[in-house]
Amino acid sequence: MLELQEVHARYGTITALRGISIQVSRGELVALLGVNGAGKSTTLGCIAGVLRPWQGSITFEGVPLVGKSPEQIARLGVSLVPEGRDIFPSLTVEENLRLGSFIQKEKSAYKRNLDEAFDLFPVLKQRLQQAGGTLSGGEQQQLAIARALMSNPRLLMLDEPSLGLAPVLVDQIFELIARLHQRGVTILLVEQNVERSLEIVDRAYLMNTGLIESQGTAQQLRTQADIASVYMGIKQQDKK
Amino acid sequence: MINLEFIVNMLSLGSLYAMLALGLVIVYGILRLVNFAYGELIMVGGYTMYLLAGFTPLPWFVIAIVAVLAAMFTSFFTELVAFRPVREKSLTAMLITSFAVSTLLQNGALLIISPRARAVTLPQLFQTSVMIADTSVPWRNILTIVTSVLTLALLSLLLRRTVLGIALRAAADNFTMTRMLGVPANTIISTAFAISGIMAGIVSIFFISRSASVTPTIGAPPLLVAFVATVIGGMSSLTGAVVGGFVYAIIISLLGVFLPPGLLEFREAFMFAIVIIILLFRPEGLIRSKNTGERVG
Repeated sequence: MLELQEVHARYGTITALRGISIQVSRGELVALLGVNGAGKSTTLGCIAGVLRPWQGSITFEGVPLVGKSPEQIARLGVSLVPEGRDIFPSLTVEENLRLGSFIQKEKSAYKRNLDEAFDLFPVLKQRLQQAGGTLSGGEQQQLAIARALMSNPRLLMLDEPSLGLAPVLVDQIFELIARLHQRGVTILLVEQNVERSLEIVDRAYLMNTGLIESQGTAQQLRTQADIASVYMGIKQQDKK
Repeated sequence: MINLEFIVNMLSLGSLYAMLALGLVIVYGILRLVNFAYGELIMVGGYTMYLLAGFTPLPWFVIAIVAVLAAMFTSFFTELVAFRPVREKSLTAMLITSFAVSTLLQNGALLIISPRARAVTLPQLFQTSVMIADTSVPWRNILTIVTSVLTLALLSLLLRRTVLGIALRAAADNFTMTRMLGVPANTIISTAFAISGIMAGIVSIFFISRSASVTPTIGAPPLLVAFVATVIGGMSSLTGAVVGGFVYAIIISLLGVFLPPGLLEFREAFMFAIVIIILLFRPEGLIRSKNTGERVG
């Protein structure tokens, strides 16, 4: 469904990606794991069209994405929940969700997706008329994911959804991702939380300094997880 | 001194400046571009009225609408041909482009029409007054207030009730994220420029009516007012623009009353001194926006 081949990217003179190749099949939950600065967010940025790789190809369902604008890529069914959530702080929760379904042309789809969002995130129903900026971190993360789902994406990309959340919320977010996966949503997850991610994903890629260091099924990687943790410098206490 | 006439005059000036500032901020909020060609949109509105009133038998109401449409079209068109090609490059490129567009439009008017002021024939209503509670209140001021209240109400409806309006506000919060939801950048920017042009067009009717004439450089003073008003109010908030417009009008009107006659000609200097003092205490302007501004291409 999604295929990256030998993608290189850089910011000015700093090389962020040094030829990475990954693929995600329909219905899969795949994780891109690694420490800060490994190039995970850059990879998502390239797929979403916010960054332009200077070499390599990205195709989504056979359509080349390199050179397409973010709005064109969104219309193909690729939805990114960026790191830091990027909800619209001055818009109400309802307006945030309404824009999420911008590419849905029928009004009935909006209503249906809204009901589904309330089903998944009951708290949003109570906050509907509140400004997005007044929500708590956990609520903002839920809103960001709900907003992405409002477009019925074919591929959902989540950039560090557990970042900065209290441990109990982290559990909820991972449960939610697992639930979305069971519903058949194709998900590309970027995380620093290696252990928690490996519990729910089908496959994962381990990234380091712009390269894919290793890859495999969750099972395969879990057996090397300890090695990977040491290798990637993740200490035990960081794994909440 | 501070009587009904003064208050109506101040409110009329304030609502005019609020519309003026809004037109500038709606583009700034999204592109972080201060459009220095904004004043020329008022000039375009003015010359449209001059030409139509002088050379066609059209009723005045129609002329006013065509003037607004002409300013809107000019704004929309300059974005399309001048700003869009340099948008991805840099903010500085866009800023310089806005000066170029401003100069081009001014020189166009110089060449095609005349460097001299041209009289704009306005309907009788603009010169007459009505007696309210023993004070004579010019119709022009009442019309300005009514029009701006209607315009602001319509704009607010558009921004809150339509998906395009919500997308415009979202783009001012975070343009990249708005695009990642599938909202086309060009649609958003074209709409912002069109609204900016409509504001300038409406302002041109009332601004020109004060002097009843139009010159190629008529856009400079209102541009300055709009810029200062948005700085006072807070550059990245639409509410701030309205507040800034009224604050500007209130200060300048009060200065007109309380300054000794000998100092009246320095009214603007006092005005800017007060603006500097306001900015010392509120460097971000009176209304702060919730987000940190982000520049996008």
